[in-house]
Amino acid sequence: MATLLQVKGLKTQFFTQDGVVNAVNAIDFDLNEGETLGIVGESGCGKSVSVLSLMRLIPSPPGRVVGGEAWFQGRDLIKMDMEEIRSVRGNKIAMIFQDPMTSLNPVLTIYQQVSEALELHLGMDKRQSRKRTIELLDLVRIPAAANRIDDYPHQFSGGMRQRVMIAMGLSCNPQLLIADEPTTALDVTIQAQITDLVRQLKQEIGMAVIWITHDLGIIAGLADRVNVMYAGSIVESADVKDLYADPRHPYTLGLLHSIPRLDAERKTRLTPIEGLPPDLIDMPPGCSFAPRCRFAMEKCLTETPALETVARRHTVACWVDVTGGKR
Amino acid sequence: MGRYIIRRLLLLIPVLFFISVITFALAHAVPGGPFDREKPLPPEVIANLEKYYGLDQPVWKQYVDYVTDIAFRFDFGPSYRSRGRSVNDIFADHLPVSAQLGLAAIVIALVIGLPLGILSALKQNTLWDYLGMGLAIFGVSVPAIVLGPILILIFALALHWFPVAGWGTPAKMVMPAFALGLRESAIIARLTRASMLQVIREDYIRTARAKGLSERVVMVRHALKNAFIPVATILGPMFAALLTGTFIVEQIFAIPGMGKYFITSITNRDYPVVMGTILLYAVFLVLANLAVDLTYAFLDPRIRYT
Repeated sequence: MATLLQVKGLKTQFFTQDGVVNAVNAIDFDLNEGETLGIVGESGCGKSVSVLSLMRLIPSPPGRVVGGEAWFQGRDLIKMDMEEIRSVRGNKIAMIFQDPMTSLNPVLTIYQQVSEALELHLGMDKRQSRKRTIELLDLVRIPAAANRIDDYPHQFSGGMRQRVMIAMGLSCNPQLLIADEPTTALDVTIQAQITDLVRQLKQEIGMAVIWITHDLGIIAGLADRVNVMYAGSIVESADVKDLYADPRHPYTLGLLHSIPRLDAERKTRLTPIEGLPPDLIDMPPGCSFAPRCRFAMEKCLTETPALETVARRHTVACWVDVTGGKR
Repeated sequence: MGRYIIRRLLLLIPVLFFISVITFALAHAVPGGPFDREKPLPPEVIANLEKYYGLDQPVWKQYVDYVTDIAFRFDFGPSYRSRGRSVNDIFADHLPVSAQLGLAAIVIALVIGLPLGILSALKQNTLWDYLGMGLAIFGVSVPAIVLGPILILIFALALHWFPVAGWGTPAKMVMPAFALGLRESAIIARLTRASMLQVIREDYIRTARAKGLSERVVMVRHALKNAFIPVATILGPMFAALLTGTFIVEQIFAIPGMGKYFITSITNRDYPVVMGTILLYAVFLVLANLAVDLTYAFLDPRIRYT
């Protein structure tokens, strides 16, 4: 499989009144064609900011991508001028967002919003884009699509709106679909429908997907590979089976242990990760997870570990070998 | 929609009823009468005049007569001060003048205010923003009574671009319309900027950018219509106030508009003119707000009237 996206040293900062927020700290990752990459981590760990940086959608000011490269089909997304990046957005790389209730424009019809990218990137006329819009809404299983394309977003439910967002994302047959917590705002049954839909569409269309979530359950059923992020850095990256079967970073371990289990004894207390994530303005030296880590050693507080390969396609940024023994 | 409009128009009747009762009562409660002069008229003359105009009747009877005349003959009564002229004559002669001037002022206010507000929002915290908002603060804080004479000094007396004052030609309309419109443009600019700043941070604007649309399309197609909704709200009262005439600007530029009747009728205790001007303003205000509400439905599909 050929590499579709190669991110090297991506670094994004927000320049606020309180200081510089290090939202993404020089992350590296690759994505192959047709592969699904999950990015997991808690709120504020830089998941969304890292993909918004790739799309160059960081609100500026205050945010800015201060360094790094993102090679996509032989071109660096970070260095593109505005016209080039616009020709990629919505066309080669599409994005769907967290809250379908606010991500669609309330004063434009569904047709007007879905057809925009078709007319812009594929040069369709009104008649073609209308036909294609209906096909796309059919594809994402919106019933009676032909009758509903002139409706407004408020006439759709949350799940239906997210389907419209997906239809919009798929409209130009992108090579990469970035889904930024697309199911977080939906209730559980709708979540399942949406993830099923994306899984099926991915097989039909063959695009690569980056799926951002803090729900490890969704990732287990959806992703080929997983990046675990903490405080703006990737701390572990592995194939999905390896990550669940053989987690190597204390943070990943903590996340997996904190999942409530249906088969646990009644009244068993949940196992949280103690403490809070660090302030991204005033980052502690050394490993950013060390203050919360039960394996932490002195070295962890002074030196920052880099990602190192510990098994096939499995990298971890940690001084400690959690399977036993020191590295 | 049709039924909604009819219902709103029918609501005018109780509104006008209450306003007329209150205004009538207040006007008559103010001490003094329409025929008081510095050199008092002989009591017989006053008695005669009061009898002629029906002012010797009890107040409730005067009110009933007044309303009956309006309801059945659309007659707003005579003016006590401008002898030989009825309130209907005053409306017919002066309202078109004020309405023209007001309309020109609104056009100026929108043409300056909207682009200024949009520009300031898009270039937030840049020189453009500071310039635009500086101008807006100037517009809000300099009253017409200052701006009018300044305009006359510069553009009439020094540059000779426009006539000093008067009415009847388009050239004579420019300065008064500008003096009226600048303040309103400043209000529109500030509101447009605030509204635009809020809208361009919305998720759907990010969605539009993520589609690869150019910044111009994102702003024009996705942001403007949403940002205009709060602006439409203030346009209603603005319309009503400007179209029914403004005292100061009309005085400065010697324009034969409605404005002075709002003020002089009260000091003269010219009851029918007081009533007429206030009811006129009320009708304009209600109709303008109805127009605004209908504009909402056009701007935002979530708003529907039944």
